[in-house]
Amino acid sequence: MLPESIREELCAIVGAKNCLDKKEALVAYSYDATPMQQALPDVVVMPQSTAEIQQVMRVAARHHIPIVTRGAGSNLCGGTIPVGGGIVLVLSRMNQIVEIDEQNLTITVQPGVRTVDIHQAVEELGLFYPPDPGSMVISTIGGNIALNSGGLRGLKYGTTKDYVLGLEAVLPNGEVIRTGGKLMKDVAGYDLTKLLVGSEGTLAIITEAILKLIPKPQTQRVMLAMFSDMAQAARSVSDIIANRIIPGTLEFLDQGTIRVVEDFKQIGLPTDVAAILLIGQDGEPQTVDRDMGQIAAICEKNNAVQIKVATTAEEADEVMTARRSALAALSRMRPTTILEDATVPRASIAPMVAAIQEITERYDLRICTFGHAGDGNLHPTCMTDARNTEEIERVEHAFEEIFAAAIDLGGTITGEHGVGIVKAPYLEWKVGAAGMEIMKGIKHAFDPHNLLNPDKMFAKQSRNRVVIQRA
Amino acid sequence: MLKEALVKKLDYDELSNCMRCGFCQPACPTFRETGYEAASPRGRIALMKAVADGVMEPDKNFVDQMNLCLGCRACEPVCPAGVPYGQLIEQTREAIEEVQEHPWWVKLVRKLAFFHLFPHQKRMYQLGGLLRFYQRSGVQKVVRKLGVLSILPKQMREMEAIMPEASGKGIVDFFGGTVIPAAGERKYRVGMFHGCIMDVLFNETNRNTVRILSEAGCEVIIAPDQVCCGALHAHSGEREQARHLARKNVAAFHKADVDIIVSNAGGCGAMLQDYDHLLAEDAEWQERAQWFASRVKDISEVLTLLVEPKEWQSLPQRITYQSSCHLRNGMKVTKEPVNLLQAIPGATYVQLREGDRCCGSAGIYNLVQPEMAGSLLDEKMGHVAATQADILVTSNPGCLLQMKAGIHRAGLEGKMEAVHIVDLLARVQQKEKPLSPPE
Ligand SMILES: Cc1cc2nc3c(=O)[nH]c(=O)nc-3n(C[C@H](O)[C@H](O)[C@H](O)COP(=O)(O)OP(=O)(O)OC[C@H]3O[C@@H](n4cnc5c(N)ncnc54)[C@H](O)[C@@H]3O)c2cc1C
Ligand code: SF4
Ligand code: SF4
Repeated sequence: MLPESIREELCAIVGAKNCLDKKEALVAYSYDATPMQQALPDVVVMPQSTAEIQQVMRVAARHHIPIVTRGAGSNLCGGTIPVGGGIVLVLSRMNQIVEIDEQNLTITVQPGVRTVDIHQAVEELGLFYPPDPGSMVISTIGGNIALNSGGLRGLKYGTTKDYVLGLEAVLPNGEVIRTGGKLMKDVAGYDLTKLLVGSEGTLAIITEAILKLIPKPQTQRVMLAMFSDMAQAARSVSDIIANRIIPGTLEFLDQGTIRVVEDFKQIGLPTDVAAILLIGQDGEPQTVDRDMGQIAAICEKNNAVQIKVATTAEEADEVMTARRSALAALSRMRPTTILEDATVPRASIAPMVAAIQEITERYDLRICTFGHAGDGNLHPTCMTDARNTEEIERVEHAFEEIFAAAIDLGGTITGEHGVGIVKAPYLEWKVGAAGMEIMKGIKHAFDPHNLLNPDKMFAKQSRNRVVIQRA
Repeated sequence: MLKEALVKKLDYDELSNCMRCGFCQPACPTFRETGYEAASPRGRIALMKAVADGVMEPDKNFVDQMNLCLGCRACEPVCPAGVPYGQLIEQTREAIEEVQEHPWWVKLVRKLAFFHLFPHQKRMYQLGGLLRFYQRSGVQKVVRKLGVLSILPKQMREMEAIMPEASGKGIVDFFGGTVIPAAGERKYRVGMFHGCIMDVLFNETNRNTVRILSEAGCEVIIAPDQVCCGALHAHSGEREQARHLARKNVAAFHKADVDIIVSNAGGCGAMLQDYDHLLAEDAEWQERAQWFASRVKDISEVLTLLVEPKEWQSLPQRITYQSSCHLRNGMKVTKEPVNLLQAIPGATYVQLREGDRCCGSAGIYNLVQPEMAGSLLDEKMGHVAATQADILVTSNPGCLLQMKAGIHRAGLEGKMEAVHIVDLLARVQQKEKPLSPPE
């Protein structure tokens, strides 16, 4: 419980109706999309401006109250769970698009703007903001930046980090910094923009962002290729890239996912195939046609059992249904759905999927895998029931082995969902002891009193495992 | 106590099925309006679960958030996990109603409305007769002139201003019987659900429904023992009374042995289609309830199967469509009404921006939550005005009244009319009216 006087200080800054400590408000901001995680804050504060955030930050600093910044709360790493209580700072009311600059091809936004609203606003002008996390209809740009979110177009266009040109942010001492700007080149000092991207709300509160835009691609085409062998699907992915084609989308579903999707949607997917690739290309019409032809030929050479190229918008929609329905289909199987995130170099997708299958069987669980084949970012998804504690323990061990397998294959413990509290114990596996030290140093430089999102990224105790270096 | 009642009523499995992804939030009008997590479907489910888990007491704030929900169910179709939010909120409201202490006059009004008025169709007609007398005899004019209405809250005044002409007679009286033969070859035997308010305030729509169906080759059975669908009851926490009404309707239509049960009110249709859930634990009725629920169709679905737009009259006007929540989210009917409207020769169909968002009517919501309902309606009318349509079509009486109120409120009277889809289709069919009864 926060002393009444502090609550009054906060209310004086943002107004009583934007400063909530009724139980119903505390419950409503006690969770995010991460399964099985929940903790109540002491107070929920909804600021409307950078100046208000500065003042709130100063109050927090004076009284040593932890602050958890929250966009839409759609993250899957426990990033917005107020584990140590304190303030949940909700930025969803700072949701204005400040400017679209067609001369410089930039857009300036407040942190609470939804990703999908950015897409809409710029596409109306024939422009394009490529990062498209699967959650873009709800997620905020602040959350995207803080987690460096990726999406279906990551392979060809990169992720959020590749589009953030400049930031405004409030530091834990209440000062405001501005990094970067409407510049494509800037090497003055350390790159604080890139440092804040992916910092998971642990270094500063992002209050404004300048994003890079590109022209909108003219056409878009998609196809589905089905394989009876995972290795052949994976080889097709490598062959496509080796042929100097970078598809706009390159997604895959494993057999388990295909079966569940077909069960759910009855769209006529063959349930005996081992993998389906969803491949899309965008750009100039001739280039797209040429690429799609070559991609089809490559898949055929690798013994694809069936290839379905969409020729009309309706067919494209049908083809996309397979990928789009994956989560919906899986999440209806059991009460609790754990959507995880492990990444390997794309050449290692086949052994990684095999490893996940072996681990799943050994622990007697239901884990299906789908994800971004093009960039090696896999989403092993476990269907379980949080109430079955014995099973949940097995799930925990299985995922630990899955992350270990990813690292063994030269990969990482998270490709886009972030570390948060969920992956914190494993971070050292990836970055090593020296890496941890330097990261902690950076955290200390920004936030000496550990006010911003404490206990995220840096676990109190790390998992006992040496980092495996690949030759 | 409320807590016990909630723990007993809430389907804990379904609460657990919510994975808190938040995909439902952009669809939710109350969340869009407030930006407040607790006023979103994900938030409300989290609050329900927190109560079930013992994390919080179901205090006044909890009840307020549950009451602020429109029950529009826009959150359901977008939910990846398929959480049946509509059922969860009804369970919650049933629990709240069980323990809630209303002031005496609210109790009285509820009791009168839910138990002594809606379930008794004869009384509805009597009230309709009274209302008709009020409207026709000149009393309404006098009352309006005297300014007596100024004592009513704004929402009620607006409703009084747009109230359609009531009828003291139902369609059975009009047609002089309960079986209306198909014009020409009989394709289906269709049971007509006439609704309680529908048959009093929108009697003409009901008449048009029967006529259009008959002309399209349906033998129309107006099952005589049918009663109110119970939607208002279920949404207000009177689920037991809703079950009671459901059994009566199931019996009435089962006896009539129809192929299809047609509804021309989205709110009623969704409720009728839900009878199998409502009576799932009633061993005696379960099977017949399933029989019933599987036969319920919206009028637009039936007409899509049967009518031939080529024979329609040309209607050179701009038409737009406000989709009714329960038709869309409950009955999952989205394309049929639009296809029918687009098929009208000569007409220009303009899509209403956010035509799939609740207008704020939501049963009696506009009376109990005037502030939220008012701001949703204003937003809606902004989009409506932008279409520059001549005709605003809906397919549910509540929405139709709300749209009429909205047109009045936005000063669009004379520029635009709100019409039920059936009445519009009757207009373009414009054949002789062989079946229309003597007034
Ligand atoms: C179904 C589903 C699909 C998803 N698909 C993808 C996907 O394809 N790719 C992907 O990358 N992610 C995905 N996610 C994860 C998540 O949606 C993204 O990480 C998203 O960027 C989070 O945005 P948010 O606004 O919800 O942020 P939140 O969840 O509110 O916050 C996320 C983190 O950012 C911090 N933060 C938020 N705003 C600020 C700010 N202004 N300043 C500083 N720190 C801040 C928070 O403290 C927290 O640590 C998915 C999630 C779901 C539920
Ligand atoms: S969309 Fe469904 S699963 Fe997701 S938060 Fe809403 S109700 Fe829960
Ligand atoms: S029923 Fe409508 S108002 Fe209620 S939570 Fe769902 S979308 Fe929101």
